[in-house]
Amino acid sequence: VNRFGLTIAVPRGALLRETLDLLDLLEVDTAEVRANDRKLLFADAGIVTMRPSDVPTYVEAGAADIGITGKDVLMEQSERSVFELLDLGFGRCRMVLASVDDEPDPAAEALRRLGVMRVATKYPRIAADFFERSGRQAEIVEVKGSVELAPLTGLVEAIVDLTATGTTLRENRLAVREEIAVATARLIANPVAHKLKASAIDEVLERLRAR
Amino acid sequence: VIHPIPSGTRDVLPDEMRELRAITETLRGVFERHGYGEVYTPAIEYESVLLRAPGSSVSPAYRVFDDHGDVLALRSDMTVPIARLVATRYPTADPPLRFCYVAHAYRAVRPHRGQMREFLQAGIELVGAPGAGGTAEALTVLCVALDAVGLSGYRVGLGDAALYPTLMAAFDVPEEARERMLAELGAKDLVGLEREVAALGLPAEAAEMLVRVPQLRGGSDLLRGAESGPVADALTGLRDVLDLLDPGVAERVIFDLGLARGLGYYSGAVFDVYDPALGAPLGGGGRYDELLGRFGRSLPAVGFALGVDRLHAALSGEEHAGL
Repeated sequence: VNRFGLTIAVPRGALLRETLDLLDLLEVDTAEVRANDRKLLFADAGIVTMRPSDVPTYVEAGAADIGITGKDVLMEQSERSVFELLDLGFGRCRMVLASVDDEPDPAAEALRRLGVMRVATKYPRIAADFFERSGRQAEIVEVKGSVELAPLTGLVEAIVDLTATGTTLRENRLAVREEIAVATARLIANPVAHKLKASAIDEVLERLRAR
Repeated sequence: VIHPIPSGTRDVLPDEMRELRAITETLRGVFERHGYGEVYTPAIEYESVLLRAPGSSVSPAYRVFDDHGDVLALRSDMTVPIARLVATRYPTADPPLRFCYVAHAYRAVRPHRGQMREFLQAGIELVGAPGAGGTAEALTVLCVALDAVGLSGYRVGLGDAALYPTLMAAFDVPEEARERMLAELGAKDLVGLEREVAALGLPAEAAEMLVRVPQLRGGSDLLRGAESGPVADALTGLRDVLDLLDPGVAERVIFDLGLARGLGYYSGAVFDVYDPALGAPLGGGGRYDELLGRFGRSLPAVGFALGVDRLHAALSGEEHAGL
């Protein structure tokens, strides 16, 4: 295990590189993780790697003491009992409502004429909350893969999805209609580890705040 | 043939039942030896009686109409039924009163989270023992009970439910912001709390306190060096409790100024039980000095409840880890 005695859940994918840079700063040895993208458990470094949406699951159960994941994941899994300790600032993305780039907006038209818009998303909770808060009726269609496909095929009129640069949306002729939230990477901790490994977690926090 | 049972409920078969029974018998024995007589109350009560307790998170989740049109509800904990029992059955008895229970409680679950609708709790209520003395007795019984069942790595986090509200009042935080800040604290979202505090535009020192204090936790060294003000007052209260504890109990205590228990009726010292073998608290409790007044017999009180299944899981986890 690392010098902190903490098991750290590290997200694979878009947040991986900056997360590992952060861990280097904490003097956690990430060389093996960088060299090996198949292996999942790195016992010597106290690192477990997984998809970002699994990080809260492992941290809540105590299988990892702390972890790094996106605010989008935490918003979608808001019932998880984990401490959200620090906004790490990187991995900045926007959660947006988008629809096919036509005039008039096909989503607004559906809402006006049919009273409801169909919305495809990988984030059904965030989407449902958003429409409830704004007092609009929406039929949420949960998809697992490329959300951009759904409005192009007529499955739905709009999507709720995460976008960093907007390139994928533009390439699929989709226009951002509303911004729902801005998400960045967060440091989270298991509630029991937060008490029983307080000094180690506080040291991590202090060093990350001071960076 | 498979006949389903509701999600969040379960059957217990003999091998597990023997282990659970060994735990509950040990707990019951410790409670009885400390003068806590066991009580039984009905699982189903009048909703109007249960709703006398303040705080929405204790409100019952399952209700039925009876044959007279009255609403009956399944209890969500044992503290509220025992408050009713004290007011009704012991209207004039001299305090302190000591009761224990091993009983099921019922709560709503979120889908697909493996939460239980019905769960077994073992705990005590100490009624009419105010302040540090009462709290110290409850903590002592708690630690003796956990030692007796053989749990070795546990710690008890001790905090003060009144601290953060007092702190917000001292800094004149507007009423509507207080609720949002308590919600962030309850959700363990310290990033959100910091954002709320920053939006208040308070002097730097006050803002710093509102963000830092809930993150203070650790050994008794935390109790040194606090100046005056609400934090010092809360720390003095916790120090008074600590001074009354035997060394064996005191060494189990860690201070946690950010401890916010979900139940709405806590008024002073609060505590949670942690074990390194389990990712969630095993149970907890605290002072609820206002609750009995709602039932017409105003007495200060303190109590705790342990989740028997969680305790069982922690014991098994410690065994697995070779502790």
